[in-house]
Amino acid sequence: MSTASIAQALNEQRGGFDFELAKRNAALEGAGMKVPRATKTGTTIVGMVYKDGVVLGADTRSTQGPTVADKNCQKIHYIADNIWCCGAGTAADTEFTTALISSKVELHRMATGKQPRLVTALTMLKRLLFRYQGHVGAALILGGVDCNGPALYQVYPHGSTDYLPYVTMGSGSVNAMAIFESEYKDGLTQEEAMKLVHKAVLSGIFNDLGSGSNVDLCVITREGHTLHRGYDQPNPRRFRYPGGFTYTNGTTPTLSSSFTPSRTPAAVVGGAGMEVDA
Amino acid sequence: METMSRDVAAMSGYGASSAAAGPTMHQWSPYVMNSGTVMAICGKDFAVIAGDTRMSVGYQIQSRNVGKLLKVTDKAVLGTGGHCQADTLNLQKLLRARMVQYEHQNGKTPKTSAVAQLVSQMLYGRRFFPLLTKNIVAGLDEDGVGCVYTFDVVGCLERVRVACDGSAEELIQPVLDNLLERQHQQDKPKPPPLHVDLSREDVVNIVKDAFTSAGERDITTGDHVDIWVIDASGVHQEKFDLKYD
Repeated sequence: MSTASIAQALNEQRGGFDFELAKRNAALEGAGMKVPRATKTGTTIVGMVYKDGVVLGADTRSTQGPTVADKNCQKIHYIADNIWCCGAGTAADTEFTTALISSKVELHRMATGKQPRLVTALTMLKRLLFRYQGHVGAALILGGVDCNGPALYQVYPHGSTDYLPYVTMGSGSVNAMAIFESEYKDGLTQEEAMKLVHKAVLSGIFNDLGSGSNVDLCVITREGHTLHRGYDQPNPRRFRYPGGFTYTNGTTPTLSSSFTPSRTPAAVVGGAGMEVDA
Repeated sequence: METMSRDVAAMSGYGASSAAAGPTMHQWSPYVMNSGTVMAICGKDFAVIAGDTRMSVGYQIQSRNVGKLLKVTDKAVLGTGGHCQADTLNLQKLLRARMVQYEHQNGKTPKTSAVAQLVSQMLYGRRFFPLLTKNIVAGLDEDGVGCVYTFDVVGCLERVRVACDGSAEELIQPVLDNLLERQHQQDKPKPPPLHVDLSREDVVNIVKDAFTSAGERDITTGDHVDIWVIDASGVHQEKFDLKYD
């Protein structure tokens, strides 16, 4: 392998972000181009520790400005069988960050042969986020159970973290925290914990315009995890025009039409017919 | 026809400056956006006007029950959407006062076309510091035929068959153009010049479907819709539920 091709191979495998277009885009922006905006998960995400484990909760609305981009997105991400992570902020950043850390945690699990610990995932996450100085806009709630028992961490986009018994993040965090602050107690049962987390997410869904649609829950215990996708669906569509709107063929004006097959079917020249069992 | 851009703040000389380099200017920004949507459709002998009842600032709901409609006369209703609620209240207050003045001076209630003309004059009077209100007047004209008038923020007036204004305008208007104006539907009958050719029930159902759909995708439209039907016997009011999220 020549030096040039080794350098090329290394370059292709170095990972990380590609900033090649940064200067061009800055010039275009300076010339008045409107830069497309990333999807934000204007969000309510919550987490709570109870007697035997952790309950994570999230709404399912993602927005672009005042428009709903996705009515049923999943904001509770998989890190490991015993660790899950809720994401708020820039949708792509939360998805790619958690997927990358999930991959690294799995490699670490295979290398060590031990169940992953929360602090491992937490340290990986905060190092990554701190390196990018907040430009990776992921606000996370990391929860799970490991050899030290149930634990819950809050991770800010700049990389700072907190270790807390109950956490809320996203645009609906104040609404959800109002519920936790008035009703949280230490040592709740799983049923009580799920009920409280459910209520906190609903508070965000109904009082924060950035949050909406359904409630997702994830319960993690020493025995394993259960993801309740669509745990509560309090916002079904309520009305449709009776009979719906129908359009007959030819409603839309067309100037002309033609049909071209994508390739010519192969012609069979001579040959006997295929033998078929009678 | 040129209508005024959304950036009324810039045109009036107030509000935030552009990104031009130079010393920082401290400026007064007098507008707040409370959002919401209104729409109106007129038929042969009726008009339907509707507005959602959510009032918001940013991601915060200020009220789930602030109406956007004002009964101006027995045959005319003003709807105001995509608005600054303070400006809406001010416009409604001034319009009510002008109605009383009109009745005292002329001994009769004004025609719907006169109400529309007056609203237009009141808006243009604020040409260089506009009220942030997107208005629709719906009602019956002097022949008893349904009529809808639309305005831009500085009073540009037009009589139409269907209209929509406010935060979900971009979502609803194309649907109305297709269903009621029959745009892009060849071989389908075009509506008559002044009104649509559907029944009252069909129009009300289209209004309900339009607001339900808008509530699915526009975060600032929700809670309830006031649906008011104006006919020869007066203004009939209905409240229809939307989602609360």
